[in-house]
Amino acid sequence: MAENYELIVVGGGPAGMAAALEAEKDGVTKILLLERAETLGGILEQCIHTGFGLHYFGEELSGPEYADRFIVPTEQSSAIEVKLDTMVLEVTPGENAHQVLAINKTDGLLELNARAVILAMGCRERPRGALNIAGTRPAGVLSAGTAQKYVNMDGYLPGKEVVILGSGDIGLIMARRMTFEGAHVKMVCELMPYSSGLTRNIVQCLDDFDIPLKRSCTVVAIHGTERLEGVTIAKVDKNRRPVPGTEAFVPCDLLLLSVGLIPENELTRGAGIEIDPVTAGACVSQDRETKIPGVFACGNVLHVHDLVDYVTMESQLAGAGAAAYIQDRADKNPDYVGTHGKNGVRYVVPQRVNKHVTENVKLYFRVGQVYKNAVARLRAGETVLTQRKRARLAPGEMEDLTVTPEQLSLLPEGAELTIEVAEGK
Amino acid sequence: MTENYDVAVIGAGVIGTLIARSLSRYNLRVALLEKLHDVAQGTTKANSAIVHAGFDAKPGTFKAKYNVRGAAMMPELCQTLHVPYANNGALVLGFDDDDVPVLESLLERGRRNKVPGLRLIGKEELLAMEPNVNPCAVGALYAPSGGIVSPFDLAIAAAECAVANGVDFYRDFDVARINQHDTHFSIYSAAGKKRTAKLVVNAAGVHADDVAHLVGDDSFHISPRRGEYLLLDNTQAGVVNATIFQCPSDMGKGVLITPTVHHNILIGPSADDIDVKDDLSTTDPGLKGIQTTMRLSVPGYQIKDVITSFSGLRAHSNTGDFVLRPSLIDPRFIHAAGIESPGLSASPAIAAYVVKLFADVWEEELSEKTNWNPGRPKPLRIKELSREERREAIKKRPEYGRIVCRCETVSEGEIIDAIRAPAGARDMDGVKRRTRAGMGRCQAGFCGTKVLEILSRELQLPPQEITKFGAGSQILLGKTK
Repeated sequence: MAENYELIVVGGGPAGMAAALEAEKDGVTKILLLERAETLGGILEQCIHTGFGLHYFGEELSGPEYADRFIVPTEQSSAIEVKLDTMVLEVTPGENAHQVLAINKTDGLLELNARAVILAMGCRERPRGALNIAGTRPAGVLSAGTAQKYVNMDGYLPGKEVVILGSGDIGLIMARRMTFEGAHVKMVCELMPYSSGLTRNIVQCLDDFDIPLKRSCTVVAIHGTERLEGVTIAKVDKNRRPVPGTEAFVPCDLLLLSVGLIPENELTRGAGIEIDPVTAGACVSQDRETKIPGVFACGNVLHVHDLVDYVTMESQLAGAGAAAYIQDRADKNPDYVGTHGKNGVRYVVPQRVNKHVTENVKLYFRVGQVYKNAVARLRAGETVLTQRKRARLAPGEMEDLTVTPEQLSLLPEGAELTIEVAEGK
Repeated sequence: MTENYDVAVIGAGVIGTLIARSLSRYNLRVALLEKLHDVAQGTTKANSAIVHAGFDAKPGTFKAKYNVRGAAMMPELCQTLHVPYANNGALVLGFDDDDVPVLESLLERGRRNKVPGLRLIGKEELLAMEPNVNPCAVGALYAPSGGIVSPFDLAIAAAECAVANGVDFYRDFDVARINQHDTHFSIYSAAGKKRTAKLVVNAAGVHADDVAHLVGDDSFHISPRRGEYLLLDNTQAGVVNATIFQCPSDMGKGVLITPTVHHNILIGPSADDIDVKDDLSTTDPGLKGIQTTMRLSVPGYQIKDVITSFSGLRAHSNTGDFVLRPSLIDPRFIHAAGIESPGLSASPAIAAYVVKLFADVWEEELSEKTNWNPGRPKPLRIKELSREERREAIKKRPEYGRIVCRCETVSEGEIIDAIRAPAGARDMDGVKRRTRAGMGRCQAGFCGTKVLEILSRELQLPPQEITKFGAGSQILLGKTK
């Protein structure tokens, strides 16, 4: 017989824990948190560098320290039951309750019911195959996060002469980490003319160790039969195509890929939840409720965040939203206004906002390229609701603009919120 | 373990393993010698995974005869060995009036080869069958008996069956020298190991001519012909249902787009004659070329969700046909060589024929085992089980409840099974082929570290000794500071 919960949270990383704790704070008493790893904390557990928590806690923590701030109350909570080493196989939305099918070694197959479900499965790294790099398929080509697990969790070194493709934050962090472990990081190649990582990581992880960042450069071939022997790099043109004649062979025994993160939405798709093609996450309201009532999503499964602090804040919205839903406090007749990115703004989350909200709503967005002396504007039709000047806007950094309940209540019928960016002037 | 055998099969690809399996039916001591660390490591692991209907090969050739016969045997063999197979049919598209006579001659060939059900279809029927193919196509040759199969699963299953029936499987046995004696051959590996056998079957794939040279036989030459492929995520399933060919050329059957038995989409191959027999690199022009050619078949389809690209080598023989005969130098040395397309389709029939060749030469009594098992235990796949079956499985072995590979829903129990199986997995790629852990869209990003840990535990080897696919392909180079 199926077991019943008020709330099931899928994923015990920073998103899932923050959401569960927030729901508990709001009075939900029967919560089940399902985590596929053997520990809570998600990917933070292998992020032993510092830099976490500056925005949320106002202090600089390591990944495991940041995670601990949530693991301790989660484990102490009487409202939250945790099942580790448990994989959720299916989420099936229903009228009054949603079904969750999960599996583990001790319980076997778990058939669970919950009034509300929060999806917090996080994201995964884009693999080599997705890039279609030509050449051989030797050992010694790993995603940066996989290498991070080998080095930080298992205590093994996957290579000694290292080339990193992609200057996303994980790639930058691993450049420094591999250097600390005695490996020689020869270069970080970045396809784009700018890094997609945080500026502070470029300074602290590359510049401080004299590791060159080669912009507009990519790996065009992989060499070696059994173990990687080297890569061919090449300059790329404006259209990101390799420029003939610029190829150079770089001997190395490890190629790390830090070429993007993809929200892990297999369960979301399986549940028939609408996905935003740009974020690759669910389309949600300001409460992070998907198009299916009572199913919420937050954290990197919703859209890839740059900082865990923002994951926490977003997940608290989902936790509070789920609590309101469970306690029948949620608005029964919401009046939604859609949000859109325009002129260089790739996406906006949430994708819709209820005009009846009583608190400010932060609209998160990312731009598609680097802008200098830029202005980001939130508009409703021709009316500019709010704007913010920034010396620099970059795809690597998530931005936000706030819309107030007053502004929302004054919006005419059929209005939409758009965020756009303009440069210079 | 005895090191003297009645027969040694050199090469553990789909041909060698199926021959070893067929020989294991008899009271014979059989050795299966493989140069690499696992079965199915050569041509078998990287090809179109097609069971051709058999209309392409020239009538009267081994290729024609054994293709049709092998394709007919394949469904039952796959059922016996629990290997994924599907009869999805094949279509050869004609794009203009020049193609029509080509299709007609293929039809004629096919009829002479006794391919069942073959017929030409018009545009309307074609588009009703495959709505995504090029609407400019004038028609197609339809071969309802065409199928798809997992070639490495077939070789793995055949090896498992052979070993369970008493065949000794030797990995990393790189045959470097063969001495002929009156009563037997002495076979030496590059590392100096020795096995003797009264008869030898040469199923050494692209290296079959090199192995023939070891007994002074230079009657054929194998040149590697490389084919590059793109594999797409199962999110793309349904783009096409049948295997879609274009009209063939001198270099092969051209670029195809096909579903795989695992619900991926496979596009390829290119065709390049190359010099080096282990050059499995992909090239930018090769990968771009197959995409361009594919677009003629399915023009509206935007390729996305590429999981991986790879290349395989066809063992192209200068004789133009399979080389299935005793060596002219020594009749106790039997060739199963030059097995390029349609070699996979023909493989069950080739194995049967080679056993017949063997029986012709074998002078001692040949008796069947009373307890020969033609199959293997059905591999348990948590993903494919019903809820009730899952519950039962986890009760039996809790590790079936621990999902290691998220993309393909593969449990730790399945990985343990794959390692402990006869001729089981010894490396990361071996686990991947047997269980599909790491075969999905994240390409082992998450499960790689866990699979390595399980291999290390099961094989009682330190993590640094676990390889991707045998010696030299270690994943970890040492401990951290």
